[in-house]
Order: sequence, then C-alpha cells, then structure tokens
Amino acid sequence: MTLLLAIVTGILFTAGFYLVLRRSLVKVIFGLMFLGHAANLLIFNIGRLTKGAPAFILEGNQTAVEPYAEPIPQALILTAIVIGFGVQAFAIVLFKKAYQMIGSDDINSLKSTDRIA
Amino acid sequence: MTTFDIELLVLLPILLPLSFAILMLFAWKNLQFQRIINVVAGSTGFIVAIILFSTIYVNGIQVVAIGGWKVPFGIVLVADNFSAIMILMSGLMGFAVAFYSIVTVDTANEQHFYYPLLQILLMGVNGAFLTGDMFNLYVWFEVMLISSFVLLALGGKQEQLEGAVKYVTLNLVSSMIFLSAVGILYGMTGTLNMADLAVKVKLVENQGLVTVVAMMFLVSFGIKSAVFPLFSWLPASYHTPPVAVSALFAGLLTKVGVYTMYRVFTLIFDINNEFIGTVILIIAGFTMVTGVLGAAAQNDFRRILSFHIVSQVGYMVMALGLMTAFSFAAGIFYIVYHIVTKTNLFFISGIVERIKGTYNLDTLGGLFKKYPSVSLLFLISAFTLSGIPPFAGFWAKFTVALAGFRIEQYLIVGVSLFVGLLTLYSMTKIWNYAFWQDEKQESEVEREFYKISINRKYLLYSPSIFMTVVILLLSFFAGSAFDFAVLTGEQLANPQYYINAVLGVR
Amino acid sequence: MKSIILQTATRYLLPMLLLFSFFLLFRGHNSPGGGFVGGLVASAAYALYSIAFGVEEAKKLLRIEPVYLIATGLMLALFSGMIAFFSFDTFMTAKWSDLNFPLFGKLGTPLLFDLGVYIVVIGITLKILFTISEEVKP
Repeated sequence: MTLLLAIVTGILFTAGFYLVLRRSLVKVIFGLMFLGHAANLLIFNIGRLTKGAPAFILEGNQTAVEPYAEPIPQALILTAIVIGFGVQAFAIVLFKKAYQMIGSDDINSLKSTDRIA
Repeated sequence: MTTFDIELLVLLPILLPLSFAILMLFAWKNLQFQRIINVVAGSTGFIVAIILFSTIYVNGIQVVAIGGWKVPFGIVLVADNFSAIMILMSGLMGFAVAFYSIVTVDTANEQHFYYPLLQILLMGVNGAFLTGDMFNLYVWFEVMLISSFVLLALGGKQEQLEGAVKYVTLNLVSSMIFLSAVGILYGMTGTLNMADLAVKVKLVENQGLVTVVAMMFLVSFGIKSAVFPLFSWLPASYHTPPVAVSALFAGLLTKVGVYTMYRVFTLIFDINNEFIGTVILIIAGFTMVTGVLGAAAQNDFRRILSFHIVSQVGYMVMALGLMTAFSFAAGIFYIVYHIVTKTNLFFISGIVERIKGTYNLDTLGGLFKKYPSVSLLFLISAFTLSGIPPFAGFWAKFTVALAGFRIEQYLIVGVSLFVGLLTLYSMTKIWNYAFWQDEKQESEVEREFYKISINRKYLLYSPSIFMTVVILLLSFFAGSAFDFAVLTGEQLANPQYYINAVLGVR
Repeated sequence: MKSIILQTATRYLLPMLLLFSFFLLFRGHNSPGGGFVGGLVASAAYALYSIAFGVEEAKKLLRIEPVYLIATGLMLALFSGMIAFFSFDTFMTAKWSDLNFPLFGKLGTPLLFDLGVYIVVIGITLKILFTISEEVKP
C-alpha cells in the first residue's frame, strides 16, 4: 500500500507541475490543486500507514495501545486541506475575473505588467 | 513582570490585530470607524512591539507553550532577539501604513475589507516571526498569503489581476514545496518543533536526504523572498496595487521569506555545511546583479523600486551565505535599514503620484522647484538606499562587505560593491527625471491637488516624515543599533541558546 | 433552473441537514466530527437551497449577512482561547466544566472553539458561494 501511495504521489506531483507550466489558466488551477493533493498524500504516507487502528486513545485506556495510527500527520493534513480549500476557492475566483477582463485563457496574453512603460 | 505578563506580551502581537480585525468586521459598513480603529490598532501594535523588544533585551529569549502542552509536543511561540527586532519592524510598518492608508486608499477599496485584511496580514507576519514550530509556520504563511492575495487584487484593474495571477500561482507552488518539505522532515525526525528539529536533524542517518530537504526549503523560501531565478512574480505585481499596499508588501513580505531563511538555515541545518553556504552565495550574487540591471531598464517609479527590492534581498541572502556571526549581524542590520528605507521610498512614490497622477518618469518633472520638502525626503532615502555615508545604507553595505572580506570571499564582495554603484545610477535616474528636469505642463491632477485641505496634505506627508526621522536615527545611532545586531548575530550563530531556551521549559 | 421535485425535497432536507450538522458539531471532541465538517454540512444545506430556489431566496432565508457570521465565529474562537487567561494559564489551555450533560457530555472551551469554527465555516462558504453566483448573470 505504501508503494502504491508513493507512486500515486509521484504521479500527482508530475501532473501538477506539468499542468502549472501549461499556457491555459484553467490548467494552471488544476495543476495547483494536484500539487496540494500530492503534498497531502505525501504527508499521509510519510506518517507510516497503520491499517484498521484509530488515531486516538480508546475508552478506558490511559495511553494508546499498539498498533495505533499516528495522529499528527492526520492533523497536519486536515489543516492543510482546510487552508487549501480557502486558497483554491480564491484562486478560482481570481482566475475567472482575470479571464473575464482579458478575454483570453492564454497566459501569454498576460503581458501588460512586463512591458516597459 | 511575572511570567504570565511576559507570556501575554509575546502573544499580543498576534492577538491584537485579530481582535481589531474582528471589531472592524462587525462594523464593516462604517468606514470612518474602521479608519479610527486601524490607527488605534497600528499605534497599540507599535507600542506593544516596543515593550516586547525591551523585555526581550532585558530578560532574554522567551518561550510560550500554547495550550499548556508540554514542549516539544505542542506549538510554541519563541521570542528571541531576531524575532523581537522583526516584530518591532512590523509594528513600525503597521503604525506608518495606518496613517498613510487614510489618504491614499480609495473608498471603493476601503469598502472591500481593506482595513480588516491589513490587520490579518500583520497578524500573519507577526505569527511567522514568533512561531517556533515548522507546521505552524506554514499556517502563518498561508494567513499572510491569502490576505496579501486579496490586498493585491483590490480594485480589480487589469494589470492588478495579471500581477495577482502570477503572484498567486508562484506563491502557491512555493507553499506546496514547503509543505512537502515539512512532511518529509517530520517523517525523518518525528518532530515539528524547530529547537527539537535542530537536535534531531543531526542524528538522522541519511544526511543526503537532509540536504535535499534543505534545498526544498531554500527553493520555497527563495520564491517567497524573491531571489534569483524565482523572483519574477515580484516586479510583475508589486507596482500594481494601491500604493499603501505596495509599501507594506515591499517593506515586510519579502522580509518574512528572508527571516525564515535565516531561521531555518542557522537553526535546523548545519551552518558549517559548505555546500549550502556556496549555493546561497551564488544565488545571492545573481540576485543582486539581475535585480539592479532590471531596475536600470525600467522607466516607472514603482517598478524601479520593485526591482531594487530583488537586488537588496540579494545582499541579505549574501550575508546569510557568508555564515559567520558577524555576517548575520550585518544581515540583520541590513534587513532593518532596508525595511524602513524601501517603505519610505514607496511612500514618496505615492505622494508623487498624488501630486502628478502618474508613476511614469517621462511625464514627471519639476518636483524639486515646487515641492522642495518632498524632494528632500526622497533625497535622504535615495542616498540611504544607494549607500552614501553617513546614512544607514552605507553602514549596512559596509558591514556586509566587511563580513565578506573577513573570510576572504572577495568575488561576492566585489559584486556587491559594483551593484551598489548601479543602485546609485537608478536613484539618480529617478532624481533627474522626476525631480530635477523641467516640468512639461501642469496636469489636471495637480490642480486638484492644490484644492486638498492642508490637514490632509500633512496626513499624506507625515508617515514619510516619520520614516525619514527613523532613517536618520538609524544612521546617526548606527553604532548602538549595530551592537544589538551583533548580539542577535551571536544568538543565531550559536543555536544552542535557542535550543536551551525552548527545550529547557520542560 | 426550477424543479418542483428538487424544491420539495429541499424543503424537507434543509432542516434535516442542519440538525445533522449540529450533531456533527457536538460529538466532535470525542468522536469523528467537529466544527469544520458540521459547518460544511450546514453550508451545503444552504447551497442546496440556493440551487433549488435561487441565490436571492437563500439570502433571505439566511437573513444575516455572512460577514457578521465570520466576525461572530472568529470572536467566539478567540474568546474560547482567552478564557484560560482568567485563571492565569497560557492562551488556548482547555478549561472543562464539571457538569455532565446528557447530550453533549462535558462542556468546555474546545466546544466553544468548535462552535466558532462552525460559524466561520458557514459564513465563509456562503460568502464565497454568494460572490461567485452573483456574477453569473446570463
């Protein structure tokens, strides 16, 4: 399972970077999303997978009993997902606004900030 | 002061802006109220920063374990000398920008939550300066970034949106690299506390992977602090938003990237690692040169200044790459002087725009004849930026170069001196075109400017005058300021101080 | 888009979803659930309503501008962290009351924090939703 997830993470990173480098605004957004998922999956995988065991102390126990899933990566991912949700929502609105104003999906037409006045 | 008081004091730079932002959100329709609250927030933030600074100076490193969790399991806030200096700078910026915003930001932008966002941005910046936890640093970065995204796009002009698209994309990629690096670091060491990491990273068997993670951090912070070759978002976006936002970004945001670079590469990764030091020095050299050459080609007041940020970040990174206690001290002094000077230059560009209605150097002119006081303000800042003695910039550049001479890195020192010369060239260019040359014709905007009441004019000038006073103080008391920087540099070069302070809390 | 089936179903689904979101919120600190998920479910309920009846109707149903929700939620969360100051503890130290309620279990500051998160999530999600859908005027 770890190997499978590692491969998936790799694919997501590759696809993410490839899409971010494309010329279409929509593809860039998808690329950013893939990168976010890839990072989350990476953290999840790095926390070492534990099958069928919860990440909290069971009722009646004082400490966690082996085997238990590591809670920290899960907490990190949860936070990262929430942040990613907000940032991507903003990015979508921004890119949509930019698309409406420029009238083109092509990143090569975003040149007005590079011209020397 | 009791321990509780000090803990509260360390928390206040984060809690105060949040409280004021909430207060402003409740009154989101009442702009006058928001303006007043913003000024109150800026002033209290500045006062708290001064008190925090003096407390740290007297009592040494302070550590707060949030939620009462035992170190190193919970999140800690750590205020050491470096954090205290940076908090002081962000307090100073918040104070000056609060006044400057009142006159320069349009009502339409103010209605789109300008003031609450400003406070949230300051909260994110302060949080990033204070935190002692890697993942928490990521969270503060995102708080800072998302409010900066909105501030950058406020107004929604075409060039703003285009700049924002570049800024958002590159910064999100950088965040993802940072997040992955934090994840891998956690996988290797099982901890996120910076002090604990500093101890455990050295024990990791696979030191090759540690260097890879270090490079991931370098790329990520490199994007955020705009070093070569990752700086392209900065000159594309910093000249587009309302000028108060430009000034705040120019002063603070890239410096957050530089701060984290200093923090991570002095504390967590071995500072005697030849490879990392060399890579950073090479990057620094290219950053200085490309930034200043880019500025030389530009013809727009704010764009020249934007490119200069890139070139100046090169000096700070160079001081880091030299990796001695003295170079850290020089770098810190450089950061402080640069924040004040660059902000003031942006303030002045805003004043010029207010008078003439444009940032384009070709259409500007005649400012020296009509507004000698504004010209004087510009001249002091420009001299400071290009390193003319006796201003602070000279001492900053001199100490950075001296740090290079001491460990015989002559090439990079030569580059830095040459770049200083080119900086002077583009400052002269602004001076010649905007202030010295004859006025072509009086524009419509300028006639409007005459009608503005004298009080509002003073409100427009006062932040710049205030910053100029700070620059002069920093120039003439450079000795005492540098003494403190040396203390801070010592602290950074010997991470044991930081580690003992944090892990000793147990 | 006006569909009678969706509109009728939404009328019954909305209260159910809101109840479910409260359920998620209150069981959050002992079992899977919590303020964020609860808030998302609640805002999904309003999103469903705005799909069925239009954004204007959803705004009327909400009655209050989402910005105030964001502000209230943030204030609750901040306040829950500051309660610890009264007993001279560090920020965000959890304080629990000894009272045991049949439905919620113990009451404490983490629940207040979760309630804040719940309200912020509803506010922000609806703000995003209303902003995006306002511009789509064919």
